[in-house]
Amino acid sequence: VSGTGDAREARPARIEPPVTDASEPFWSATREQRLVLPWCTACDQPFWFPREVCPRCLGSKIEWRPASGRGAVYAHTVEHKPMMLSAVFGDAPYCIALVELDEGVRMMSNVVEIDPLAVAVGQRVSVRWEPLSDGRHLVLFGPEEPLG
Amino acid sequence: MRGAAAIVGVADAVSPTGELDLTGRALEAAVIAEALADAGLTIDDVDGVCHSNSSMGLAEYLGIHPRFTDSTMTGGSSYEVHAEHAAAAIAAGLCDVVVSVYASTPRSDRRRGLSPMRPNFFGPNPMLEWEAPFGLRMPMGPYAMAAGRHMALFGTTAEQLAAIAVSTREWAARNPRARYRDPITVEDVLASPMQCSPLHLLDCCLVTDGAGAFVMTSAERARDLARPPVVVLGAGTCHDHSMISQMPDLTTTPGVVSGANAFAMAGITPGDVDVLMGYDSFTITALLHLEDLGFCAKGEGGAFVEDGRTAPGGSLPMNTNGGGLSYTHPGAYGMFLIVEAVRQLRGECGDRQVPGAEVAVAHGSGMVLSCMSTLVLGTEAAA
Repeated sequence: VSGTGDAREARPARIEPPVTDASEPFWSATREQRLVLPWCTACDQPFWFPREVCPRCLGSKIEWRPASGRGAVYAHTVEHKPMMLSAVFGDAPYCIALVELDEGVRMMSNVVEIDPLAVAVGQRVSVRWEPLSDGRHLVLFGPEEPLG
Repeated sequence: MRGAAAIVGVADAVSPTGELDLTGRALEAAVIAEALADAGLTIDDVDGVCHSNSSMGLAEYLGIHPRFTDSTMTGGSSYEVHAEHAAAAIAAGLCDVVVSVYASTPRSDRRRGLSPMRPNFFGPNPMLEWEAPFGLRMPMGPYAMAAGRHMALFGTTAEQLAAIAVSTREWAARNPRARYRDPITVEDVLASPMQCSPLHLLDCCLVTDGAGAFVMTSAERARDLARPPVVVLGAGTCHDHSMISQMPDLTTTPGVVSGANAFAMAGITPGDVDVLMGYDSFTITALLHLEDLGFCAKGEGGAFVEDGRTAPGGSLPMNTNGGGLSYTHPGAYGMFLIVEAVRQLRGECGDRQVPGAEVAVAHGSGMVLSCMSTLVLGTEAAA
């Protein structure tokens, strides 16, 4: 990391994820802050990440179903040199986690609204929405909110 | 395939400064020439090439027309996979003499003003879509996640991980070609800056220039060459994900499969291994290898390493060149595992020689714990 120059220039924003044909329904739903998962109708199970065929049976009948938005931290790390996302988190350490949703799929995200050093394996979390520049939202997680 | 092929020449280029003068194909050609000379062969003998990017480009540069070619790219384990494929090809009669080579100069490239050649972690999709937005540092972040989960599930401690770095540095102290040779303590590791928790700076491999090559031929032809043959006794490969978010179990690598298959082909058990060269991109990587290859049970890696069992004088000499943690690490370190295993089995290792070493394992780990490839090598007596 260069120590010279305007610090603001060295503050990269998030990489905004591209959309593929296979993931378009997922990203569309995030515009309304709805979390949906691809389900294989043959296996009657969800899978992650979105793709054209089921990674269990190669079936191509995919259905998008709403997800609870709740889960638990499967694994995580705290980045102590927050250069990659300093536009989001400033100079503070931040947490990257693999979150296992209650539906049984695991996705990468950030755990926010909590001291990153306090995040633990097994901790319950629920979805938070961070706006992207084109109206979509990124799925983040925070401490689990009460039902209702 | 067991016993059909042997590694007959090796070379590596490293530097205590971490930088080399040559780069690119010129560096590849230099280590190939050295490995061939080591074997007592010439480039005219070579009829098979392996390269983790372009075996065709390499052959064209060298002016050879190989009848066996392999451009397999599985990250750091590519060279164990090349050895596996080369041994199978030689056993099947497809070719006689195979060369595999690796060179990378990320450190001096910076000085040259070149952008460092990096594995394309953000390659087109799906990583760009499902991982890149979250700011996970590559490749350290995924290993940190594995370490954190191992700690949460099995009570593994930062001190136990640090013990691997300490033991490996003890080996490096005995290797005059290692980049870092001064002894370190567990306290030093824990006091080094936290990177991606729970990994400290000294839990992480180096960034250096480096290059290496091996030459393999039939066991029969090997007997007439310059050096004692190092026989391929077994090989196995397995990958179970490409992105870390797709890894089925972050505390169990596909080394369980590659190791079991390689050991079965060789007819050995962990107790038969005199030297373990287990890819140490990070301390946690080496710990997972110990468990997944069966040197201890799942979850017991921390206790296994904490008393110096893998250090000089310990019951399982591991990473005797000083490893990726202290010897060299240009990005895809798997070639150096093979080179050191061969040198140990030939008895060429001076102060760090493991007395009477007859069986050595080179266990490569590619990308983010993604592809494991295990090579069991032995002396002629062990074959």
